Order: sequence, then structure tokens, then C-alpha cells
Amino acid sequence: MELLVQRRIKQVLKGDQNAFGEIVELYKDKVYQICYRMLWNQHEAEDAAQETFIKAFINIHTYDTTKKFTTWLYRIATNLCIDRIRKKKPDYHLDAEVAGTEGLNMYSQLASSEKLPEEALESLEMQETVQAAIYQLPEKYRSVIVLKYIEELSLQEIAEILELPLGTVKTRMHRGREALRKHLRNM
Amino acid sequence: MAECRKNAQLMHNYLDGELSSNEQRQLKAHLDACKHCRQHFSELKKTIALVQSCSHIHAPEGFTERVLFSLPKEDKSVGVQRWLRKHPFFIAAALFLILMTGSLFSNWQKETESFAFTKYDNIEVEDHTVIVPEGEVIKGDMVVENGDIRIEGEVQGDVTVIKGERYMASAGKVTGEIEEIDQAFGWMWFKIKETAAELFK
Ligand SMILES: [Zn+2]
Repeated sequence: MELLVQRRIKQVLKGDQNAFGEIVELYKDKVYQICYRMLWNQHEAEDAAQETFIKAFINIHTYDTTKKFTTWLYRIATNLCIDRIRKKKPDYHLDAEVAGTEGLNMYSQLASSEKLPEEALESLEMQETVQAAIYQLPEKYRSVIVLKYIEELSLQEIAEILELPLGTVKTRMHRGREALRKHLRNM
Repeated sequence: MAECRKNAQLMHNYLDGELSSNEQRQLKAHLDACKHCRQHFSELKKTIALVQSCSHIHAPEGFTERVLFSLPKEDKSVGVQRWLRKHPFFIAAALFLILMTGSLFSNWQKETESFAFTKYDNIEVEDHTVIVPEGEVIKGDMVVENGDIRIEGEVQGDVTVIKGERYMASAGKVTGEIEEIDQAFGWMWFKIKETAAELFK
């Protein structure tokens, strides 16, 4: 995979935009997923994910080809999400409500139109609760939790993505897990 | 209670997969004896399982097309070069314009060709090149006009280079947007001057 990506990057550096399209295809789901779990809003997640790839394209010459491409790409994505979260801090609660409503709408729409079986409904409800718990985490815990348990990355990789010492990542992971536990233990 | 706090740390280290067999025995012994920590540990494991059970979601339909559509169009100077090669008439027209508005143009040129840049305490300047030294962090946007920039440190903002070049050291970093303006114009201007010189030889 990395080899293929390196070859495509060489083409992109020569100005081949189609080669970049292949890179987008390969990583769009992962990048979108990070953004969605961080921002919990489909529209904002798509915006951030789009911005990630555009930024990657513009700055592709700064990517060090001896390093893992995804580390570099996910760094752009998480930085953009963290920026967005910080910018909207003042109406944090309002946003949480809006985001929650959006989720609920999706949930009720699905529920009414498709008449899901009990089990699927329960799982949908549970997903909402879990996502809400992730969303209430401060961004520094949210990023490590998402990268670890949704993207299934190693602590070392997370440290490289976030450009943090490994010890800091571990501390945040511990606190993030504890904060999540407080919200989810009664499920 | 101090024993429980120590064990909470062990639990997390265990979840990070970093427990020696000796520590594992310690943790197990405590969990066997302490109901409170047993509860805590099972809640943590359940929490992780719940987060991991989040179904994987996919990027929306048409995502890639939208990204490609938003990309900056191909390198401008390449485009202009190709276009000019196909349209020699444009050079003649531009030349005519220069002759007509000669004084205007040379004034404008004088005005715009001075080397200018956003001042920061921690940058260095070496004839027409602004250097962001390694280890230095510029907090804010950086504009360089009629000169080059070499980034070895970090710029926490946008970098705009007008009629100049940007060199990026491998350790260099820019958190904002990078833009190079008027390379195409520079090239065109050069070409027009060249053509004029040839004509008046
Ligand atoms: Zn205990």
C-alpha cells in the first residue's frame, strides 16, 4: 500500500491531479471517519475532510517520503478538527445540542421510514450515546481516543500524528478512558 | 485507597498493553481482593468495547470528485507558458501596450519591485531572502514581496510569496496556507522584455 502511495505522490509532485484522486479514494473513509468522530456533524466533517485533502495536495512537497504517509495525512486532519473545535468553543453547549439534534433526526427518520427491528434500533441508539460520550470529551482526549479505538492506531503512531511525547499520549488516553467510563458505565 | 490508586494506573497500563508479568500478577491479586477495583476495571473494559463497536462510517457520495474539483488548477506558469506558445499574438499586443504606456509601466515596476516582508524579531534576512531559522516559531502570517523565503523553523500562519520563491527545509513547517503569487506574471514580464530587447536590437 505504502509503495503504491509513494508512486502516486511522485506523480502528484509532477502535477498529476488524477494520481491525487487515487490517494483520496484510498484514504477518504479513514479521514472522514476521524473528522466525523471529532466533530459529530456530517456537514462539518465533510468540510474538514475536504480541507484535509486540499491542504495535503497543496503541501505535498513538504511530506517526507521516508515517513508513513498516513501519519502525515492524519496529522493534517486532526489539526484541522482541533482548530474547528477551538474556534467554536464559546457556543460549545449550543453546538452539542445542534449536533445531538442532527443525530436524533437521523435516528428518528430511519426509525420511522424503515421500521427497523428492535435490535437495530437499540444498536442505533447505543451508537448515538457512545458518539455523544466521545463528543463531550475535551478535544485533547477526544483525539487520542478516536485515533486509538476508532482508527485502531498504536500509541507510538498517535504520538507521531499529534506530535506529542509518548508519555503525554498515555496520560491523555488514561484520562480520556476515565471520562468516557463515567458517561458509559450505566449503559 | 492508596493501593487502589496504584492499581488504577496498572489497569490503564494493562489496557495499553504495557504490563510486565510481575505487574500483571499484582493487578490480578488486587482485583481478586478488591470489589471496588473489579467494578472499575470491568467498566473500563466495557467502555472500550462500546467505543470500538461504533460502526465504521464512509465518506459521503461524490467526495473524491468534490476534492478534485476544489484543487488549485494546474501550475499557473506551466499553463501560461503553454498558452503563450500557442498565442504569439498576445506577446505582440502586450508589447504594443508597453510602448503605449511605457512611462506608466516603468513607474509601476519601480514601485513594486522593492523587497518587503512582514517583520518578526526572530527572522534573519540575507540579501533578498527571508530566513525562518531552525527552532524558531513565527506566530502569525508572513508575506514576502520581491524576495525569497527559506523556512527551516515553523510558521504558525499563512505564508504568501509575491514574485519570489519559497524553499522549505525538511524540518520546516507551515500551519496555514502557502501561496505563491505572480510567478506567471514574472515569467510573462521577463518574456515581454526579452522580446522587446530582440526587436530593438
Ligand atoms: Zn482497589
